[in-house]
Amino acid sequence: MTVRIARQNVPALATLAVLLALYVAAGLTFDGFFSLRVLVNFFGDNAFLGIVAVGVTFVILTGGIDLSVGAVVGCTTICSAVLIERQGFHPLAAFGAMLLAGTLLGTAHGVLIHRFNLQPFLVTLAGLFLARGVGLWVSTESVQADHPFFETFSAAKLPLGDGVFLPFGALMFLVVFAAGVYVAGSTRFGRTVYAIGGSEQSAHLMGLDVARTKVAVYALSGFCSALGGVALVVYTSAGNAINGTGLELDAIAAVVIGGTLLTGGYGSVVGTLFGLLILSVIQTAIIFEGSLSSWWAKIVTGVLLLAFILLQRALQPRQ
Amino acid sequence: MKVHPIVYSVAALALLLLFNALFTDGFFAIELRDGRLYGSLVDVLNRAAPVMLLSLGMTLVIATRGVDLSVGAVMAIAGAVAAVLANGEPDKALGWLQVSHSVPLVVLCALVVATLAGVFNGVLVGRFGVQPIVATLILMVAGRGVAQLVTEGQIVLFENPSLELLANGSVAAVPTPVVIVTLAFVVVAVLVRKTALGLFIEAVGSNAKAARLAGVASAGVVLAVYAVSGLMAGVAGVIACANISAADSGTTGLYLELDAILAVAVGGTSLAGGRFSLAGSLVGAILMQALTTTILTRGVSPHATLVAKALIIVAVILLQSPALRASLRAPKEQAA
Repeated sequence: MTVRIARQNVPALATLAVLLALYVAAGLTFDGFFSLRVLVNFFGDNAFLGIVAVGVTFVILTGGIDLSVGAVVGCTTICSAVLIERQGFHPLAAFGAMLLAGTLLGTAHGVLIHRFNLQPFLVTLAGLFLARGVGLWVSTESVQADHPFFETFSAAKLPLGDGVFLPFGALMFLVVFAAGVYVAGSTRFGRTVYAIGGSEQSAHLMGLDVARTKVAVYALSGFCSALGGVALVVYTSAGNAINGTGLELDAIAAVVIGGTLLTGGYGSVVGTLFGLLILSVIQTAIIFEGSLSSWWAKIVTGVLLLAFILLQRALQPRQ
Repeated sequence: MKVHPIVYSVAALALLLLFNALFTDGFFAIELRDGRLYGSLVDVLNRAAPVMLLSLGMTLVIATRGVDLSVGAVMAIAGAVAAVLANGEPDKALGWLQVSHSVPLVVLCALVVATLAGVFNGVLVGRFGVQPIVATLILMVAGRGVAQLVTEGQIVLFENPSLELLANGSVAAVPTPVVIVTLAFVVVAVLVRKTALGLFIEAVGSNAKAARLAGVASAGVVLAVYAVSGLMAGVAGVIACANISAADSGTTGLYLELDAILAVAVGGTSLAGGRFSLAGSLVGAILMQALTTTILTRGVSPHATLVAKALIIVAVILLQSPALRASLRAPKEQAA
């Protein structure tokens, strides 16, 4: 029994080991990498990706996938910027409307996937095209979002000493992350998610509410994507329909590197945080290095993906 | 009564063409200029060529119950290799190969690299049993990075009239890409329908375990289909970069994997694997392009195409859904 639990934990522990190794290696190589400011930026710069990845983790835990998240982020940023700037909406009203829209789109995904037994991959692909199309329809150009209320957001930051602040976006991410850990680990909903990922049929036979849970994870993912878009608007004070292009890949990569199996049932939200931090360390190290170009980040991410997928394969019992 | 699924896409295409015949002036006009055919219909075929090529490989992959997400990125790699070689500056990446004078060699190198990318996917799926979405996700993420590595992050321009002919030339008045697609279709169709390969593919897709027990070398079949998919992506990538005499690693083939999957689904091949229709996928690709061209010629915002695509995907997969069919049939049976 103990051996089996150890095997389950191997991917997440391996992720943590890789994260620490990368962080220490980068810290020893580059001056100033170990500073608090750099550490805070890991959370601040990728806050929107982190928020999205928490939602995607739940979808993947049920054995599904959500390709629409990047497009929903882009659509949310442009729509809320236009609502605030051209329609005179209060930011909170605009954000509320977009969160509702994101949740509704996610719910639609879930209903189509569960009710008609459709492939999550294709349904959320349709969602990707829809959100991207609507976003570009609203405006193909970047729109500034200026509103006095935004200062409330930038003022809401946590002082960590040394003049370093944890920005509002990072706070948002940490709240979402903590909520995700709690929901996945300590609620009936979370346990049902794992059960569905393990075996949907068994979950059904155990009397778990498979239908409602499956729809809810996609709704949650839609909500998180819209929230990620809101975080990005707050961070950049602008909206752009092409924001979040390829973000679905980064989010899925973070989840997989974090040790969650794409077949569902195994994994954790904590692992996703590790995966996300690995991506952040790689990006930051490449910026510190200076001469390496940004595409190396993609290649290293790909290599890590390959390594973790093969590791998971080796640890999985043979069917 | 069982209707061949290709009927739906052919019917949809016919409806769209009928709409254009009635409401779009000159949609069917075709003229011969400088020894090449021009017109909206020719344009539809020409522009659909890359997705048609991708959809040929994708059909075989999907028939084995897989999916190849990497084709867009592989297009970018192949385009990058072709452009850098054709550019032929010795101090650039791959410049030492010195093959810029020979178009066949340039194309061959690009296609070999693309096929190797496909083999990589095939080994992961066939040999290591990794889920196809996951296995091909790796190259989808890293592939564009590799392409940018090859071009050193720049848009590589080249001047090579013979290479450009692959995209802009014509054979007996027919645009070269259309000729290439036709050739590829014939070769793939003969390969899978006149040999046992097609049967093996359908066997692996219908029930991989049963196929293996029956003595089908599933790993080999899977490897072959991903290699073909990589090769087709390579051809599409070379055409795409020849078309603009440049390779832009960031945008070449972006989201085309999704278009290709869509074309296959619209063409009536079930995403659950098994039976497949190559011709159906080509019709699917043409249908999507005809729709895009129609939207553009009618002056509607091009972004409406994306929304239209979304609606089509949902409509098509709902039509294919056994669950929906069952729930539609049930009330009638009760009445009877």
